[in-house]
Amino acid sequence: MLTLQCPYCGVHAEETELHAEGEAHLKRFGPGSSDDEFETYLFMRENPKGVHFERWRHASGCGKFFHAARSTTTLEVFGTYSAQTLEPPQDIKDKISAKYPGWSWRDFS
Amino acid sequence: MSTRLATGGRLLNKGKQLHFTFNGKRFTGFEGDTLASALLANDQMMMGRSFKYHRPRGVVASGAEEPNALMNMGEGGKFEPNQRATTTELFDGLTCASQNHWPSLEFDVGAVNNYMTRFFPAGFYYKTFMFPKFAWKHVFEPIVRQSAGLGKVPKDRDVDTYEHFYAYVDVVVIGGGVAGLEAAHKAGKSGAKVLLMEQTPHWGGRAAVDGGEVNGAPVADYIATLLAELDAMDNVTIRTRMMGAGVYDHGYVLGYERVNDHTPLSTGPRHRLWRIRTKQIVTATGAIERPLSFAGNDIPGVMLASAVRDYAVDYGVSSGDRTVVVTNNDDAYRTAIALKNAGLEVPVILDARASGGGALADEARALGIRVENGKAIAKVKGGKRVTGVAICAQAGEGAVLEEIKCDAVAMSGGWSPVVHLWSHCGGKLTWDETQSHFRPDPERAPTNQDGVGFVVTAGVASGPLTLDGVLADAANAGAKAAEAAGFKAADTAAPTVTATAEAAMEPVWMMPQGAGPALRIKSWLDYQNDVKVSDVRLAAQEGYESVEHTKRYTTLGMATDQGKLSNINGLATLAGQLNAPIPAVGTTTFRPPYTPISFGAIAGEARDAVFQPLRRTTIHQYHEDQKAFFEPVGQWRRPYCFPQAGESHADAVKREINQTRASVGLLDASTLGKIIVKGPDAGKFLDMLYTNMMSTLKPGKCRYGLMCSENGFLSDDGVVARIDEDTFLCHTTTGGADRIHGWMEDWLQCEWWDWKVYTANVTEQYAQVAVVGPNARKVIEKLGGDMDVSKEGLAFMEWKDGKIGEFDARAYRISFSGELSYEIAVPASQGRAFWDALMEAGAEFNIMPYGTEALHVMRAEKGFIMIGDETDGTIIPQDLGLNWAISKKKEDFLGKRAQQRAHMTDPNRWKLVGLKTVDGSVIPDGSYAIAEGTNANGQRNTQGRVTSTYYSPTLDCGIAMGLVHNGPDRMGEVIEFNKVDGTTVKAEICDPVFYDKDGEKQNV
Amino acid sequence: MSNAVSALNAASFEGFAKVSETGLRGMVTLRGDLSGKGVKQAVKAATGADVPDARRVTRGTSGDVAWMSPDELLIICDYQAANDVVAALTGKLSGEHALAVNVSDARAVFRIEGNAAREVLAKVAPVDLSADAFQAGDFRRSRIAQVAAAFWLNDDGSFELVCFRSVAQYVFDVLKVSAENGGEVGFL
Repeated sequence: MLTLQCPYCGVHAEETELHAEGEAHLKRFGPGSSDDEFETYLFMRENPKGVHFERWRHASGCGKFFHAARSTTTLEVFGTYSAQTLEPPQDIKDKISAKYPGWSWRDFS
Repeated sequence: MSTRLATGGRLLNKGKQLHFTFNGKRFTGFEGDTLASALLANDQMMMGRSFKYHRPRGVVASGAEEPNALMNMGEGGKFEPNQRATTTELFDGLTCASQNHWPSLEFDVGAVNNYMTRFFPAGFYYKTFMFPKFAWKHVFEPIVRQSAGLGKVPKDRDVDTYEHFYAYVDVVVIGGGVAGLEAAHKAGKSGAKVLLMEQTPHWGGRAAVDGGEVNGAPVADYIATLLAELDAMDNVTIRTRMMGAGVYDHGYVLGYERVNDHTPLSTGPRHRLWRIRTKQIVTATGAIERPLSFAGNDIPGVMLASAVRDYAVDYGVSSGDRTVVVTNNDDAYRTAIALKNAGLEVPVILDARASGGGALADEARALGIRVENGKAIAKVKGGKRVTGVAICAQAGEGAVLEEIKCDAVAMSGGWSPVVHLWSHCGGKLTWDETQSHFRPDPERAPTNQDGVGFVVTAGVASGPLTLDGVLADAANAGAKAAEAAGFKAADTAAPTVTATAEAAMEPVWMMPQGAGPALRIKSWLDYQNDVKVSDVRLAAQEGYESVEHTKRYTTLGMATDQGKLSNINGLATLAGQLNAPIPAVGTTTFRPPYTPISFGAIAGEARDAVFQPLRRTTIHQYHEDQKAFFEPVGQWRRPYCFPQAGESHADAVKREINQTRASVGLLDASTLGKIIVKGPDAGKFLDMLYTNMMSTLKPGKCRYGLMCSENGFLSDDGVVARIDEDTFLCHTTTGGADRIHGWMEDWLQCEWWDWKVYTANVTEQYAQVAVVGPNARKVIEKLGGDMDVSKEGLAFMEWKDGKIGEFDARAYRISFSGELSYEIAVPASQGRAFWDALMEAGAEFNIMPYGTEALHVMRAEKGFIMIGDETDGTIIPQDLGLNWAISKKKEDFLGKRAQQRAHMTDPNRWKLVGLKTVDGSVIPDGSYAIAEGTNANGQRNTQGRVTSTYYSPTLDCGIAMGLVHNGPDRMGEVIEFNKVDGTTVKAEICDPVFYDKDGEKQNV
Repeated sequence: MSNAVSALNAASFEGFAKVSETGLRGMVTLRGDLSGKGVKQAVKAATGADVPDARRVTRGTSGDVAWMSPDELLIICDYQAANDVVAALTGKLSGEHALAVNVSDARAVFRIEGNAAREVLAKVAPVDLSADAFQAGDFRRSRIAQVAAAFWLNDDGSFELVCFRSVAQYVFDVLKVSAENGGEVGFL
């Protein structure tokens, strides 16, 4: 059972305080977008063996949504960070690179 | 026979005799006994029967690994099957019975299976129950059901209580043997917060039985010193009767504390499940002795050598008068020596090693015990009890050299470290050639959230089997764990240990080595599930080469003991048959819990009244007092209807509707979600959330709105009231309040975080009562107050704050029934008083409460949709003819893009219509409208389905709403809906608004 | 407001710790920029208390202030004073983006007191409640068994716990089970 530190209130919350909210860093496509763009936004999800970026909510806590970077295989957590950003912070990317040289995930590497 | 010895029994309080009952017979034991030791003391060697062949089974072990001595424990509300006698502490009044036999332990009809052994090999069930197909249901399943299951199912409700406990520490040490004590001591001295747990009631593990000296004194003294020092440390907690049940991700450990199993009449919980988060875990879990595979090794009286020794030393119990010891290592000599010293006969020690044992062998010989090197047991004689052994050379095929009478056999095939907890979360093993066992590979520990190892093994659990090695390893483990948890390891003096040197063990996987089929079919690997050497070999022959496949094919290791004794012997047998090295075959997966834990402990407090949260409105007690019939809506219980004396639910609903439509009714609408949305961008935000325009709503007005997911599907609906320029109050469905609040926060926090909007979920701040019916206004006016609720003062779809009677109220002129209706919110703490005031004021109009069913019927009569009835997560507003509530002006709203997708704009999508049955009956829930022809599966084609269906008292006939292909273009057409009995019911397609289409009644 | 009643009408239970519903309490949710001067001044004016640090509660002359999230405070005051607090906050913050709302009636409050009060909570909340980790003035939002709750530790060693009013009975029942005699753990 995971523990993730909520970057907003600092609590090292165990999974029962959290709610998983799917993949992080999705770009919304609305009216005017092509069918392909919209399909990608709505349905296409990563399912990596290894580095992954997720949205979580500290549901039984401060209520804030945040992002987490972790490995789906070892469950190592590289870091949690604000949901109000378009890409993971450099220090977290560096931490991942140290463990998984040459990693990539969607547009990030 | 087994009996109590005059001497020995270091764990007993012989001053306190206890009485207990086994299979209806009364026995006595002492305080400190386990159930197993007490039964043995009463010459009750046979304690059960095996699962498949119903063979007689005696106790084999003395601890958690016991496969045989399983009991139906207790009676009534304290009954529990499959309890191991070896881990059950004796208490006065204990009642138990052996399992898996009928009519009695001594004479069992099921034992006929035993004579059919040859016909029930591994995979028998798989092979037999294939054909013919019908036989499974009518022949095989009834037979299997009859014989399936170990022990009895409890019939009564569990009278005990259970609980959880969350604990946070730096280091958890699992196992209170000398290694666990040493490791905990080291970690504790280093300043770490330590929790040390031991599954038995005693500290020190096997050390005191096995002997050795520490710092020039018996090891027992050292244990006492460690214990006293640990007890004195504020940063260390030590608990007995607490098992490390499982190790999980991110330093999560389950500790299973059996608080009151040994004192069942005490107050407090029976079991406590500790949910522990720790930085580091030390597993000092010891080792388990392996049986030897020889013919007849399952006959009662054949026991592990260590267990025979434990019973003698710890409990003062002899397992037999004459015990033959058979071994492939030096440790078993300790048993022979202990028995001899207790005055018992050891006719011979059979040492399979040609070169024999070391110093302990010499000691045994010096005591006058006959020792035979290179010898083995060809066969154990006896039925329900060992009567003798036939001796042969280990090297041959089992030609009998000699027969010796005995009533017990103590066997030792070497020791396997308990690696379960190490392995639960991914710790890897390495094969140790010298000891012929798998031990943890410290280089490949399970890793935690930081990617570093978080489990360290200590003592025998790491591999070393002698006291000096054990203590050195344990101190090292304690230091390592403390350091990994962020502490500097304390500099404590290493104890000086005097241990007896031991000669190397030699692996023996079959005894004798060349045993033929006749012996192999009598050589047991898994005692509980009756898996023999021959079965594993058969599995390999039939192609089950993976150990995981062999396990499932033969059921090896699948019993309640999960193969603690049988695993290594089984996979060595498999490896032998496959001509593969043992490490190449590997082990099966170790999964938690280490031994079974109670369901009660898993459930914790969640039972009876607090099984799950039940949400209550402030008016809930009124509903209870009126004996309302409740239905669950989320975690709320809402009154479905309020039946009066002699009324059926249908009668009650009908009365409630008629009375409301004729005069006035009250609905507790407190459960509806209420979310405040405030900020300069609130209007813009709500325009994105709702399909229709909310930013143009004027303060003081209300507007019905729809919310969709980004998939375009309807997700929620409700009335929005604009409070002031910056502030809106959004009503949601009862079940949608938390979800929609989360949905709003999601978009505000993660997508439009620069928009200035705050939300607050104020659902429970208000009790909300719908006052509904032509006399609603009169009732409210009768209460007085300063609020003008006249048609002009508070027009339809307006809201207003003010006093109603003495209550601070906010009244919304909205209607979900089609009648004149006010939904009035008052502070929740005054909700009940307000309700009572309305009931009193309405008495002259025969006011009555109505429930959710009347609400549903009335809204259906009026053609209003209900989220969850007309919608199911695949329905877009356009399907329901709600185009009027979808803004065409807005460039964007959540779901808009999806509603432009080809499938969403398909004219063939089923559309909402009203349905009126031709014969007045009610269409069954979930009915489909059938069409001509059948589909590829031979089912009738469909052209629509019912979404809501009711008897309408207002129209006195069955009405429904449904989605029908081209429905809105087919008004007046009659279509058929299926019924479960195969017949159909005819209904005419009509406008979904059955009642007051022009809205004259609600707008008065 | 003479009709106002709390969720459980001050019910109480005595096991190895005492659990009691405290009766009606004033509570105001304030959302705004907690680091901004406006909120600090408004909170000070309304309660006499400072804006608390993360996961802390501060004391004022006419109310306590608890940190709920980076943009949310919970002000705990007399039940009768809640509307005035809302009005005062709203007035002070009229120039900026903020939301103050009375939530007194949406909540129930329990007090847990006694030597082993920590253990009552530690059985039902996934929180480190050891004396080192949870000190007077600490405030935590978490869950109690299956429902959301928030609690803080007073100087006198008692805990106060806030939950939604609809689940007051559930929370009380859970705390009763947790505080049952014989259930002392002896760990905290």
